[in-house]
Amino acid sequence: MNQSHIKEEIVIELNNVNKWYGDFHVLKDINLKVKSGERIVICGPSGSGKSTMIRCLNRLEAHQKGDIIIEGTPLTNDIRNIEVIRKDVGMVFQHFNLFPHLSVLDNCCLAPQWVKKVPRKEAEETAMKYLERVKIPDQALKYPGQLSGGQQQRVAIARSLCMNPNIMLFDEPTSALDPEMIKEVLDVMVELAEEGMTMLCVTHEMGFAKKVADRVIFMDGGEIIEENDPHQFFDNPQSERTQLFLSQILHN
Amino acid sequence: MLEPVYSPAFKKHPLQWIQINLFYDWFSSVMTLLVGYLLVSFLPALIDWIFISADWFGSSREDCSGEGACWVFIGARFDQFIYGFYPPEEYWRVNLATVLLIALMVPLFFENFTKKAWLIAFLLIGYPVIAKILFAGGVFGLEQVDTEQWGGLMLTLIIATVGIIASLPIGILVALGRRSEMPIIRWLCVSFIEVMRGVPLITILFMASVMLPLFMPEGVSFDKLMRAMIGITLFQAAYMAEVIRGGLQAIPKGQYEAADSLGLNYFQKMGFIILPQALKLVIPGIVNTFIALFKDTSLILIIGLFELSGIMKAALNDPDWLGFAIEGYLFAALIYWIFCFGMSRYSMRVEAKLNTGHR
Repeated sequence: MNQSHIKEEIVIELNNVNKWYGDFHVLKDINLKVKSGERIVICGPSGSGKSTMIRCLNRLEAHQKGDIIIEGTPLTNDIRNIEVIRKDVGMVFQHFNLFPHLSVLDNCCLAPQWVKKVPRKEAEETAMKYLERVKIPDQALKYPGQLSGGQQQRVAIARSLCMNPNIMLFDEPTSALDPEMIKEVLDVMVELAEEGMTMLCVTHEMGFAKKVADRVIFMDGGEIIEENDPHQFFDNPQSERTQLFLSQILHN
Repeated sequence: MLEPVYSPAFKKHPLQWIQINLFYDWFSSVMTLLVGYLLVSFLPALIDWIFISADWFGSSREDCSGEGACWVFIGARFDQFIYGFYPPEEYWRVNLATVLLIALMVPLFFENFTKKAWLIAFLLIGYPVIAKILFAGGVFGLEQVDTEQWGGLMLTLIIATVGIIASLPIGILVALGRRSEMPIIRWLCVSFIEVMRGVPLITILFMASVMLPLFMPEGVSFDKLMRAMIGITLFQAAYMAEVIRGGLQAIPKGQYEAADSLGLNYFQKMGFIILPQALKLVIPGIVNTFIALFKDTSLILIIGLFELSGIMKAALNDPDWLGFAIEGYLFAALIYWIFCFGMSRYSMRVEAKLNTGHR
């Protein structure tokens, strides 16, 4: 695969990251380095810690041991560091989490206006640019409740992009969608990948992984079991657990 | 392809409606007849007493025939019910403040009026100052009228308005404080709520009027009305806080996470994302508290302030007008009901307007 979009600069670095929920050890010594422009797909069975891991990257969850460094800023309890990182890291959720009381346009403008202090007019222009990019500029004045699931998820992607993030995190972005809507969301994500966005994506869409991923990471039981380029990963999985997992999800 | 077809008509023949809703089986038939009998036997007499045989005009109790209600009593005392012991030659000040308030509020009901935020800010900050000057006087050549002389519906509305406007923001802050991650703030808010809710309002009013001055330094004295307003406001703020906390708990975690992931800070997150949704959810509960507050103003009688129901009670003790308690209380009840029903209707309008098709 062509690797020319990947730059040398390391933007995400996890060193021996550990996390516990009470006594339950969710993340065990996670080590990961992501380069600028790299596209990573994370998969694994439910409860394997994959969502928890990417939610640690913008501090929606706090890790308890080890270091997470995003674009040179260490993620600690320091609220200033967290704010710096969140401005630069966009996130798309499984259940979209659009703000139902705001129009699509306001959903997109709110954070740029208040976090980045962009004037309203400019924020609206940016919002319309990204809404066009996700192919729903005509829905800008509607409320999220009036849109289909696929449209809502595309708005959520546009909302994140409006902050001009360098890194995008996707937490199972298509798992809550009806089958006929998955493609429209994946298409947007593929386009985004082709533009050189650094992406970490928790997903079971193996077609997407094959198409855009530079690396596929397989997690189970809170550990990274295997990490490989997609062809090697799918055609020649190394560990038994990966083989079992792949046989289960590729079954149908 | 099949053409769309209209659904079968739901509209029923009136006789069918009666059969289904009033005489569905033997039990509903018996209930219908029973309720019908009660209505027929009481309603005409009641209407006759209130309207037909009632005495409407006159100036003293000699004008009452005694066959129906005597509304002469209400007419003779009307000014007092509205203004309390406010000097009659100064009534125009109260009227002016009322007219001004209504005039300022009218533009808020027009959809295309664009300066709403400024007007609301003026209503909340500028107007109270003007109203205070008009009511209390003592400056600009206006004769001073002590708060002891305020009374009747005017006093009810002043206390209720101040209480309603102040208890909402205090309630919001306490509700947020109760969910705070900072233990001291949380404990303070929980204690405030539990103390205020655990004590009857009468006790709080008593403490505010009798005990508070004991703790005040020599020479510092709070106006009695001010103390009553603070007491009622804090009391209802505790209830308000719990209502709002209910709304905060109903907001899905994903909303907090989405706001966090976009980099909004705590106040932006709460102000733009969480509170607008939470408050919208609990509008019925908030209005419930407002209505309770409105009616609770009647308790300030016990600290010697004569709002609508207090002045009614005083008027009923007047030897010239003994024996008109039913008319008096019916009238007071009607006034309370008009305001409370108005709030209830208005809240339904707001709810409908804020509905964005979610949930």
